[in-house]
Amino acid sequence: MLSNSKTAFITPKEAIAFAILAALIFVVLPMALDTFRLNLFGKYLTYAFVAVGLVLCWGAGGILSLGQGVFFGLGGYCMAMFLKLEASTPENTAIQSTPGIPDFMDWNQITALPWWWEPFHSFGLTLIAIIAVPVVFAFIIAFAMFRRRVGGVYFAIITQAIAAILTILIIGQQGFTGGVNGITDLRTLNGWDIRTDEAKNILYFVNGILLFACLFAAHYVRKSKLGRLLIAMRDQEDRVRFSGYDVASFKIFVFCLGAAFAAIGGAMFTLQVGFMSPTLVGIVPSIEMVIFCAVGGRLSIIGAVYGTLLVNFAKTTFSESFPEVWLLGLGALFIAVVMAFPRGLAGIWADWIAPRIDGLFSRQSSSSAAPKTPAE
Amino acid sequence: MVQNNPNFVLMVEDLTVSFDGFKAVNELSFYVEPNECRVIIGPNGAGKTTVLDLICGRTKATGGSVNFKGHELLNMREDQIVHAGVGRKFQTPSVYEDLTVFENLELSYPKGHNVFGALFFRRDDAVKARIQEIAEMIFLQDLLEEKAAFLSHGQKQWLEIGMLLIQDPELLMLDEPVAGMSVAERKKTAELLNRIIADRSVIVIEHDMGFVADIATRVTVLHQGKVLSEGSMERVQNDPKVIEVYLGH
Repeated sequence: MLSNSKTAFITPKEAIAFAILAALIFVVLPMALDTFRLNLFGKYLTYAFVAVGLVLCWGAGGILSLGQGVFFGLGGYCMAMFLKLEASTPENTAIQSTPGIPDFMDWNQITALPWWWEPFHSFGLTLIAIIAVPVVFAFIIAFAMFRRRVGGVYFAIITQAIAAILTILIIGQQGFTGGVNGITDLRTLNGWDIRTDEAKNILYFVNGILLFACLFAAHYVRKSKLGRLLIAMRDQEDRVRFSGYDVASFKIFVFCLGAAFAAIGGAMFTLQVGFMSPTLVGIVPSIEMVIFCAVGGRLSIIGAVYGTLLVNFAKTTFSESFPEVWLLGLGALFIAVVMAFPRGLAGIWADWIAPRIDGLFSRQSSSSAAPKTPAE
Repeated sequence: MVQNNPNFVLMVEDLTVSFDGFKAVNELSFYVEPNECRVIIGPNGAGKTTVLDLICGRTKATGGSVNFKGHELLNMREDQIVHAGVGRKFQTPSVYEDLTVFENLELSYPKGHNVFGALFFRRDDAVKARIQEIAEMIFLQDLLEEKAAFLSHGQKQWLEIGMLLIQDPELLMLDEPVAGMSVAERKKTAELLNRIIADRSVIVIEHDMGFVADIATRVTVLHQGKVLSEGSMERVQNDPKVIEVYLGH
């Protein structure tokens, strides 16, 4: 009666879905694409980290953040600061009036490296900062909001405001942050040139592995009691509270986890694309990331990856072929998906494809359960 | 009435809450003994639900004191009040519709209530056995794998009662547990409640007088945020003040 199947970490159907995605990312795309296109897909996949975090926060927990670009950007900036310092050796910057500091600082008449840039000389500290800075920032935001029981649309608006504020801050503090251009001209990682085709291929695979690590972490959370609590909180927050749970601490946790995922994505973006700028922090990218998640299906972590790939691929294709109308095309795609398939690509999978796979299985072994209405 | 009897489970004294000057509960005092089933009745707007909200921390009191086994509940957070041993059932059935009956009960099992406890919670045999036991008590043993959304109204009420039972609270507060139930369901619920209240204190809000007579140890009649009358069912029913404001119509 009390089946154990639901407590198992992964069901056969989920294993197949993971395997298909792994085959696509690690085999099909690298074989089908040249280095330039593969690097482009690598860039898309960095957004998938954010989308996976949004599935946990928004899809499962009902916490809609319109400011995930903040955490993506902070992770990316931490990585970019390290790479920039490495690129700014006194020899490389000998023509500057102050050699040894990043070029944009020199252009802004800054003569010494600010103290908060110093830790980014160390690769170890940088790796810690990539996670710690966004997570601490997320914790402060989440603590302030969720302890006061701010939620829903108010939370979304405030996160959006934070994205706008951070963009303005970065642009305004040009001498310390590189301003609107961002941090550019990044060359080597611990002496390894990241601009070569070989490095780009390797980084693509590193990115893929990290993405799978995040996917498995997200999957674990959703399968744990915490995952079921998130769903319970989304539907009946008061009932959860009066069952003896401190609702705010769970929201803080999941928001910080989403921020950590986004930060890893941001750092990998910097490595693969070779720069970080405020255009990836602000309101527009933050909302785009929500669109990726919605198109993929906000309840499915794997769907979020496909949604990210599809929307970005469409965006690149539209913008190459129809530069004037591509934004309209993107908008049309979003509206079409939301109108026709409110649960996104994952809904299409669950309604149309999965039952047929189930059919195959139950023909082989009569023990498997009849396809029910999809659990999500 | 002996006011400082340490044998009281719950002592509500001078409890007051005012919403923009309107005193929904006005210097209310009452005392609940161990294993007592106290039924609160009263006309609409008498403040019945507000009293439960104040005890469980959902609404913040303006003044007074709620003492539960030596804990001052008015200074505690909702989840701390639950851990102290107070369970609350809402008026409309509040169950997690997207989860199964089993999962609904599991989330209420008193273990793994902080973030990391929940993250590493294991569904062991003790948990399963307890859920099975509760499910049989609330007549849902054959529906454990069913989503709560597909339950009938009465079954959802039972499920929520079960979610409270699995916490094993010392004080159980039920807000209209039989509202909207069929006659058969009502009878089963009365039977269920009679079994539950045997070893704990219960506060029930109810309108159905037949049902009240079935379960009540004592009855408190509220009117405009104050106690109008208190005592056995028989006494309350014959109180002329009660007949005038409530039972008369």
